[in-house]
Amino acid sequence: MSKRWLNCSVIYAALAAVALAFVLPLLWMLSVSFKPTREVLRPDLLPQHPTANAYREVIGLGAEDPGALRGDRRVESGKFNYLLYARNTLVIVVFSLVGMVVSSAIAAYGFARVEFPGRRVLFAVCLATMMIPFPVLMVPTYMIFKYLGWIGTFRPLWVPAWFGSAFNIFLLRQFFLGIPKELEESAMLDGCSRWGCFWRIMLPLSKPALAVVALFHVLTVWNDLLGPLVYLSHQDEFTLALGLQFLQSRSGDTPWNELMAASTLIILPVLVLFLLAQRTFLRGIATTGLKG
Amino acid sequence: MRSGPQSLLTGLLWTAPWWLGFLLLLAGPMALSLYISFCDYPLLQPPVFVGGANYAQLAGDPVFHKAIANTIVYAALAIPIGTAFAVLLAVLLNQRVRGQALFRACVFVPTIVPLVAAGVIWMWLLNPEYGLLNTGLRAAGMTNPPLWLESPRWAMASLILVSLWFLGSPIMIYLAGLQEIPEELYEAATLDGASAGRRFWHVTLPGLSPVILFNVVVGIIAAWQVFALPYVMWRTRPGPDRATYFYTMYLFDNAFNYLKMGYASAMAWVQLLIILGLTALVFVVSRRAVHYRGA
Repeated sequence: MSKRWLNCSVIYAALAAVALAFVLPLLWMLSVSFKPTREVLRPDLLPQHPTANAYREVIGLGAEDPGALRGDRRVESGKFNYLLYARNTLVIVVFSLVGMVVSSAIAAYGFARVEFPGRRVLFAVCLATMMIPFPVLMVPTYMIFKYLGWIGTFRPLWVPAWFGSAFNIFLLRQFFLGIPKELEESAMLDGCSRWGCFWRIMLPLSKPALAVVALFHVLTVWNDLLGPLVYLSHQDEFTLALGLQFLQSRSGDTPWNELMAASTLIILPVLVLFLLAQRTFLRGIATTGLKG
Repeated sequence: MRSGPQSLLTGLLWTAPWWLGFLLLLAGPMALSLYISFCDYPLLQPPVFVGGANYAQLAGDPVFHKAIANTIVYAALAIPIGTAFAVLLAVLLNQRVRGQALFRACVFVPTIVPLVAAGVIWMWLLNPEYGLLNTGLRAAGMTNPPLWLESPRWAMASLILVSLWFLGSPIMIYLAGLQEIPEELYEAATLDGASAGRRFWHVTLPGLSPVILFNVVVGIIAAWQVFALPYVMWRTRPGPDRATYFYTMYLFDNAFNYLKMGYASAMAWVQLLIILGLTALVFVVSRRAVHYRGA
């Protein structure tokens, strides 16, 4: 009995230590973000005189409109403008999200339910494309978008989503295959079209899988640095990730409490999303994986 | 079942989003990139065909060699260390104790942190003078703690350390894998007198091996794309002795800083061949080690 008790407390101690180690960087970020600038270099775990000054600096309220044109020069103030960057990121998320979910679902339905010659081969090609990394395509897609005059707009960042992604197509196809065919067959006997079956039967039944696809997509867009770095050129078009990278790259004159405040503000929305949809998240990851 | 041209048309209509994207955003660009990789193309002037010159130049480019070597070292260290760490943590988080969900959430939360933010946070944690880690090490009596990001010897170690912070998603995959291992196997092993260590080695590891293979393949593909973290953490100075200058960073610099589009395209094709080759290698090597139940 006592040995078992010992075992149990060892496990608890290990779990607590591991959990703390994983969360500590975030707590430290929070603590530094509330420190006044003169306390930033001190190793105190908590701020002595907590202040929201750093947040005031990065939130972008009352800042000069960075999009304002002075003569023909844009104003590049170098300040982090949370509200503007969040708006830009949200525009990309919103424009791409519907396309990603709907297009992936349509193609997935085609691969799961529509029988046609060559389906196996096409699906195998689709799976194989998952191996091709974005850096390989970076140069030619840049050339194409440059030819289209899309550099410096959000279009390269959301239009491709409307073609779905091989990964999401695979994920949704697997889910569709798990739904009994009889449901659609009886609906078709009653005169329901293919599209009707897809729209009125499959999609409503697939909400959990669609939620996983949507969540992963939001995270991917929120996280993406390379895409915005390649396609966006002006500070008033920056996304949150690119804006933070820009702020950090001039960190010679940016105090760390501002960097931490900006980081906190970037993490906050996805953290709330995670807490609200924790089950969907963990189930989705258990079946698929995230972040490469 | 219907077959023939009509069903082909229906199938192509349904799968149109995918194959249109495949042609326009993948096959087309890749063909373009293959052609450009045989050209001198400084972006502002039209491409000039130069044959295999870019590939020949890559073979003798010391920075390219350094970037490849760094990427291999990173993959060779981060993937095994990360896998061992993730499997052990998954077993730990699989223990049925109170608060299990909270512990799991804590380990998972860093995974949703955008890489740029993670880079910023860790730069400050690992700051040699003011960082939390070295403050702690000094308090523990270490007089000369490592310089971390600023030392050629420790820069790679720092990056691997940060990569461990992102193990939440492999851990969750291993946790799901652990549920798949039948309880009877553990019971039988216990009856045969196997210790906890032997049960882990002979039941848990073989049971997890397909999932481990999956994570290793994903890890290899990801390692050749490592970009955001080192880009953020070492951008202002390109890293001590280029110790953390990776393949994708050099590709990016060639394309968008030096405007050598042809050279960058050659790098992209070499990268693709390396990834395909390594993945094939993992599958061949693992054919013996991976245990598929019922196969």
